Amino acid sequence: MTLAEYRKKRGEPLIREDADDAHDEKHPSALEYVQIGVILAIVTAVEVALYYLDLDFTLLVTLLCMLSVVKFGLVVLWFMHLKFDTSLFAILFGSGMVLSFAVFIVIVAVEHGSLT
Amino acid sequence: MAHAAATDHLETSTGIDNKKLLMWLFLASDCLFFGAFIAAYLLYRGRSVVGPYPEDLFDIPFTSVSAFVLLMSSVTMVLALAAIQRGNVRNMRIWLLTTAVLGTLFVAGQVYEFTEFHHEGLSLSTNLFGTTFYVLTGFHGAHVTVGVFILMSMFIVSMRGGIQQKDSLTVELAGLYWHFVDIVWIVIFTLIYLIQP
Amino acid sequence: MASIAVPKRSPLSEALKGARRAAENSSSIWSWIATVDHKRIGILYGISAVVFFIVGGVEALLLRLQLAQPDANFLDPDAYNRLFTMHGTTMVFLVVMPLSSAFFNLMVPLMIGARDVAFPRLNAFSYWTFLAGAIFLNASFFTGDILNGDLGAPGGGWFGYAPLSLREFAPGHGMDFWMLGLQMFGIASLAGGFNFIVTILNMRAPGMTLFRMPVFVWMTLVTSFLIIFAMPVIAVALFELTFDRLFDANYFNAEAGGNPLLWQHMFWLFGHPEVYILILPAFGILSEILPTFSRKPLFGYAFVVFSGVAIGFMSWGVWVHHMYTTGLGTVANSAFGISTILIAVPTGVKVFNWMGTLWGGSIRFRAPLMFAVGTVAMFTIGGLSGVTHSMVPSDYQQNSSYYVVAHFHYVLFGGAIMALFGGIYYWFPKFTGKLMNEPLGHLNFWLMLIGFNLTFFPMHISGLLGMPRRVYTYNSDMGWDFWNLMSTVGAFLIALSVLVFLYNFFLSLRRGKESGPDPWDARTLEWSLPSPPPEYNFKEIPTVDSRDHFWNTKYREDETGRVVPVLAGGVVEPEEEHGDDDEHGHGIHMPSPSYMPLIASIGFPIVATGLIYDYALVPVGFALILIGLFGWVMEPATEED
Repeated sequence: MTLAEYRKKRGEPLIREDADDAHDEKHPSALEYVQIGVILAIVTAVEVALYYLDLDFTLLVTLLCMLSVVKFGLVVLWFMHLKFDTSLFAILFGSGMVLSFAVFIVIVAVEHGSLT
Repeated sequence: MAHAAATDHLETSTGIDNKKLLMWLFLASDCLFFGAFIAAYLLYRGRSVVGPYPEDLFDIPFTSVSAFVLLMSSVTMVLALAAIQRGNVRNMRIWLLTTAVLGTLFVAGQVYEFTEFHHEGLSLSTNLFGTTFYVLTGFHGAHVTVGVFILMSMFIVSMRGGIQQKDSLTVELAGLYWHFVDIVWIVIFTLIYLIQP
Repeated sequence: MASIAVPKRSPLSEALKGARRAAENSSSIWSWIATVDHKRIGILYGISAVVFFIVGGVEALLLRLQLAQPDANFLDPDAYNRLFTMHGTTMVFLVVMPLSSAFFNLMVPLMIGARDVAFPRLNAFSYWTFLAGAIFLNASFFTGDILNGDLGAPGGGWFGYAPLSLREFAPGHGMDFWMLGLQMFGIASLAGGFNFIVTILNMRAPGMTLFRMPVFVWMTLVTSFLIIFAMPVIAVALFELTFDRLFDANYFNAEAGGNPLLWQHMFWLFGHPEVYILILPAFGILSEILPTFSRKPLFGYAFVVFSGVAIGFMSWGVWVHHMYTTGLGTVANSAFGISTILIAVPTGVKVFNWMGTLWGGSIRFRAPLMFAVGTVAMFTIGGLSGVTHSMVPSDYQQNSSYYVVAHFHYVLFGGAIMALFGGIYYWFPKFTGKLMNEPLGHLNFWLMLIGFNLTFFPMHISGLLGMPRRVYTYNSDMGWDFWNLMSTVGAFLIALSVLVFLYNFFLSLRRGKESGPDPWDARTLEWSLPSPPPEYNFKEIPTVDSRDHFWNTKYREDETGRVVPVLAGGVVEPEEEHGDDDEHGHGIHMPSPSYMPLIASIGFPIVATGLIYDYALVPVGFALILIGLFGWVMEPATEED
């Protein structure tokens, strides 16, 4: 029995609701993509401007990190469709990001601690 | 493969296309790859015993422009996808080519930057900065180059009529890779270029 | 990537098509070289792993001969270093990992009711890249003046600690071969990891929900996730070493301010998940063998699955226990000490579940079960000595002594290798149609168990008496003579047990008893197929309605709760019928053979050789990789008739 026949027999939808094709219609339009592109450009300009302002270092780092998280989020959620696709992709990619972030923070922290 | 791509994923247990799942797994794994190189850069920041140091070399206006170029290539990439999903092959071709050109521009900028730095006395073996900077950004540049290669191949294939609306997944997968390379640069641009203790 | 329908047939594409057709003939050698069948790839992995097991075993015997007597001069210190490096690297990357891969390949599609893996050609690429790396690594032996006892092999240890692995302390090309060879194993493992995750998530038969999957499939899934997250870390560490060794970079150069400890962090950040990459497949095998031979469902299925997942997660937070004595400070040591103690909990849960599975079962002590029970016992000993390492003060005493060598051989040999041998005895009939000889199997088991304990138990004692590992000889007045002699005698007993295994293997292959499809009266789907299974596995994809689906077609509980056989139950798929549908006689379109993965794989050792000896070879290698990949994308996965 094929999977499609099996699902039909059990009265399940042929495509699972969280599958990627289930919401093709929700994909953003080209106009929205361009709008996001404009936001990305503006954020980048702000970042560079901040760099030239004579800000307190901690404040500068905080602002720059926040802005790059915004850019990162826009690209990942809209351009890579993570917002619209199945949550499995978000879980997989999120695991990679979190794991990478966590273990390398520990290494940098531990090594800075032991060297200074 | 292409002729079956439109229906393949209906036959998978999760309803997700095999290739798309593969691509996301690859990207998740690649996070660790770049994470490790970025960590090495951050760990060694400010520990070089001889110059030149980052503040002597970095040309922020120039790098901002190339960061902007790469960011905009993400926009053109997603426009290529939007075009093919509507079945507009001609527009997809245009946007694919634009993306590839912007990517090439970014790589050219990197080649120029590396050459400049080299002239000013920074080689792979000069100091920790040279080692960690060249290797990290070099691997990123290699990723972009591979991406340009994929885009150009797709452009050529599409000129021979090989990519139609039903093959939009192919464009989507290339796009996922391309955007990933872009977000890595977003991180590098902030952590390595803009934030300098 | 899309495959493109090329309108005009060029002579080249006709020739390629002809070559693929030649490989369709299942008896020709080309059919193995171009194979994309998961069962054949699994068999290739298995054979390669056993060959390298013999190579790594001979290296171990040479080491043990040198250590049999104090002040021996059988090997010089340099040869000793190179041999223990190759022994460790071979056993981890060329034996346990590929042998586990062999079982992934052979079993996973059959167990989940699929016709093949998700990406059959990627699977072939994994195998060929692994083999290319393995041959490349072992070729390093011949770069020295081998006839005069001067081995060219790497000598920096399987862990390749910087700065000992840098050019200054490891001159010659040995470590170059090591780091580039390992890079190839990384690529092969990554490709395999991606492939099996997609296969397990996406290719399950109707009704095969995640929690109806056999535990072996679960452990494959967890292992594959560990692989895809751990391998990039070692890849980066190896790239850093490559840049330091070949291009004068400074990653581990203390003179330039570099920190050699970065290597240890990166290596063990990979290395500890790697430990579980080695042992979790073995846990999966145990979880299949024990229920079959106890004729009971696995005790606490959910606990076994979730403790496996928990181990996978926790393995990312324990790497510093390999580095207690490097001076990271009390906070780091305490934190990682606690996490290391905690990881013993899910492991212990599994051991209790296996014992619970045996408890009250109607146990049949056939060879696979002997190995499985032996594994549980030996692994428990290794696990307990592992807990003693997690205590920081205790570890300061044991670090770099033979006590550590004893510990990890108990988990890797007593745990992984013994379970994998059990797996061979268990599944041999499925893929050959023959049973392995039972008395020889028992002889193999007892020789191995006794030899193993004789080799490695004394190492606990010599270690606690202060014998450091990685030394090529020792003085007679240290009091280590007796324990070392015991270890050497034991090592030769293990060698004897392996000879018995090989004899049994070939004897059974030629003259073994016919096994039939389900010789063990087992529980999982692969036993519902003929032995060996046809190329397409399932003529009709089964619909699964419970965890022990196949068992439930054979047995049911009557009103009083007794298990009774189902009349005419357990129907096994009929043998292949001929004459219908198409030239293969089954009308099922399987992926066509392909040479492209092999072509791409051959590129890697050429690039690596070029990096070491002559840069001119580098573009040649890359060109080959590109040709392989392009051909791969352009050729249709299934050739039309």
